[in-house]
Amino acid sequence: MSADILELSSSPHIHNASSVETIMRNVVYAMFPICAFGIFQFGLSAIALLVTCTASCVLTEHAVCRMAGGETTVNDWSATITGILLGLTLPPGFPLWMAFVGGIIAIALGKAVFGGIGYNVFNPALVGRAFLQASFPVAITTWSPSMAPGRFSSMIPSSLTFPFAAPASIAGWTASLQIDGWTGATPLSLQKFDHITTATAPLFFGTTAGSVGETSALLILVCGLYLVARRMMNWRIPAAMLLSAFIVGGIFYLSDRSAYPSPVFILFSGSLMLGAIFMASDMVASPVTPLGVWIYGGLMGAVTVIIRLKGGLPEGVMYAILLGNACSPIIDNLTQPRIYGQRKAETKAT
Amino acid sequence: MLPQRFHKHSFSHGIHPPQRKDRTAGCAIRRLPFAPRMIIPLSQHTGAPATPTVREGQEVVRGEPIAQPDGFVSVPMHSPATGMVERIAPVPTPKGGVTLGIYIKLYPGAAQEILYGAPQDLESMSPEELTLRVQATGVVGLGGAAFPTHVKLAVPEGKTVDTIIVNGCECEPYLTTDHRVMLEQINEIVIGAMIVCKAMKAERIMIGVEDNKPDAVAAFESALQGRSNNISIHALPTKYPQGAEKMLAKALLNREIPSGGLPADVGLGVFNVATLAQIGELLPQRRGLIERVVTVTGAGVTRPGNYLTALGTPLRFLLEQAGFEGDARQVILGGPMMGPAVACLDLPVTKGITGVLVLTDAEAATRGRKTFPCIKCGECVDACPMHLNPSRLGILARAGAYEVMDQKFHLKDCFECGCCSFVCPSDIPLVQQFRMAKARNRERMAAS
Repeated sequence: MSADILELSSSPHIHNASSVETIMRNVVYAMFPICAFGIFQFGLSAIALLVTCTASCVLTEHAVCRMAGGETTVNDWSATITGILLGLTLPPGFPLWMAFVGGIIAIALGKAVFGGIGYNVFNPALVGRAFLQASFPVAITTWSPSMAPGRFSSMIPSSLTFPFAAPASIAGWTASLQIDGWTGATPLSLQKFDHITTATAPLFFGTTAGSVGETSALLILVCGLYLVARRMMNWRIPAAMLLSAFIVGGIFYLSDRSAYPSPVFILFSGSLMLGAIFMASDMVASPVTPLGVWIYGGLMGAVTVIIRLKGGLPEGVMYAILLGNACSPIIDNLTQPRIYGQRKAETKAT
Repeated sequence: MLPQRFHKHSFSHGIHPPQRKDRTAGCAIRRLPFAPRMIIPLSQHTGAPATPTVREGQEVVRGEPIAQPDGFVSVPMHSPATGMVERIAPVPTPKGGVTLGIYIKLYPGAAQEILYGAPQDLESMSPEELTLRVQATGVVGLGGAAFPTHVKLAVPEGKTVDTIIVNGCECEPYLTTDHRVMLEQINEIVIGAMIVCKAMKAERIMIGVEDNKPDAVAAFESALQGRSNNISIHALPTKYPQGAEKMLAKALLNREIPSGGLPADVGLGVFNVATLAQIGELLPQRRGLIERVVTVTGAGVTRPGNYLTALGTPLRFLLEQAGFEGDARQVILGGPMMGPAVACLDLPVTKGITGVLVLTDAEAATRGRKTFPCIKCGECVDACPMHLNPSRLGILARAGAYEVMDQKFHLKDCFECGCCSFVCPSDIPLVQQFRMAKARNRERMAAS
């Protein structure tokens, strides 16, 4: 009988296997197929963009931790998620130096200033993207064609823009590719400005132009289902956001079929699918109460559609999610659950 | 509230921890040898400590009362063995403090026969009389709470109890004492339930057993054959913490025990099977509680099993008998979800100890990981059987806002089941923080 050194701890003494690190790592895994498809579609530029964004986020996270004098938190994978997500939401020919700046802003302003993982108010990747949208409005709406020939032998010319220089026009380059019907527009801008609605199948399978990781609704859904199946994502948030976008879009569509796109188009176009599944469901910036997540998702879906159909921008997912993030604490406060055995008179106290 | 027929016989939220009951579920109850020295703490139940009725140097016989209750919310103690009162001195408690205890040195070679007790006729007794007789047995809640059973039997004035719930859930991982008691002492359980039913003037008895113990369900089914139909057995889907009386009341009858209230507020009396087995066995013979079944398990013991252990047996003796060879990282009294870890093995087995868990390094591997900040994943909110918001409570606890936790976020309704800490991917010691907050609030209340 030697072991008289016993460890004292507070119960419970067992714990399930999941940890922040495993959750984050699995989110990264879930995004790999989307990255692969984006690379297949847009070639070398997409690879360079994803790598740049990820490297920028990870390096910034590391540097910020060092500056704060703490342990590096790079190995919790959350900075990697931010980097990949940022890359997936940018146009494939986006200048790499701008993407690098976006990554720095995402981590530094979106996350580190609030205190790092767990404390950010907004989704860091979207903070970075919002910064880029405000700073480089032209570059972030310059699209390149999907499945361009020669995409694996050379990069889109705008990718390699020299830092702090304005990107070269890619008009000459796209013209040289001689792609039929290429107008430099995404399905969303075609719909908004030219009233040309893209068919559902290309949107669903992702053969259209668009941001690196936003084109294939099907692929994003499948990757999201993986996370749901592993219980690493709150499925109610994307479900609420997509449902609400569908319903609000449907109301608009029924009110005037000639002016507004069908709700099916709304559901499968633009960044709604990626935003709903991988960004809106960001745990840190979303409410925790069972009722709260439905309200939160519903709010974001409705705002997305209203910006798309009534606002000046073709896409509204980013601002909708940022707005949802901002509302999350108050939604949480207003939707505290009724506890077991709560007496009626006390219900008002919450 | 849902109509009864739509109710799915479960409660909402909760978790599914690993069961780890296989090692001892098949081990029949075996009597543990007597330790050379027994220690009977005078406070091993909720309520006032008992008052010793023996002197140092006095001889005591197995089953003899050695301490009397101090008031109604208190129980007597009985000598677990024949021997001599060595001294009456402080004993360490699992919570870290000390309490007064009676040390009994056994006579080697004593026959250890139970000479005390005399058969009594329960049929002719009034409920009030039954309640006092139950107090005299010294029986407390053997499921772990150690609340004096007779206090529960005294239904507060103005309230009526219609249903007795027999709790055979045993939802804590590792533990198999209730399981074995159900298999081996089923008639005593039924007799005990009938006595309790009579004392509380209830109309029916409902037995709830989790469906991971099909043999216990079958045992009840055959034991109940031919009995009146006011006693029924219900197999419930296995889920932690179903053995908590609030959850069981919800699962069986869809009734919610009000916050801060008692089961009697919704017409219920909830009793653990091991408690009822003791009442069924002791009361007709007018004897006292001197032993209980304890599951000893975990990778640190080579002979795990369910041991009928004399109350007062030192843990060290119990573990040695179960093949403990010194390789332990933690020793836990009770189940791993709610049981306290102990710092020394000189503590005695008391009435509320359902099991002793000896965890080695390998089993405790998920412990001691890095704690992350709360990422607000909401897992704890989905797990809390009381529908509290542990995520928010934890944030408030770390900010020191203990009053807000109490006034706005129902801290008092937390019964520390451990579900939130179990699921937390950030490994935040939520339950520990809640305990601390409760303690601080109690201190503040006492000071004001």
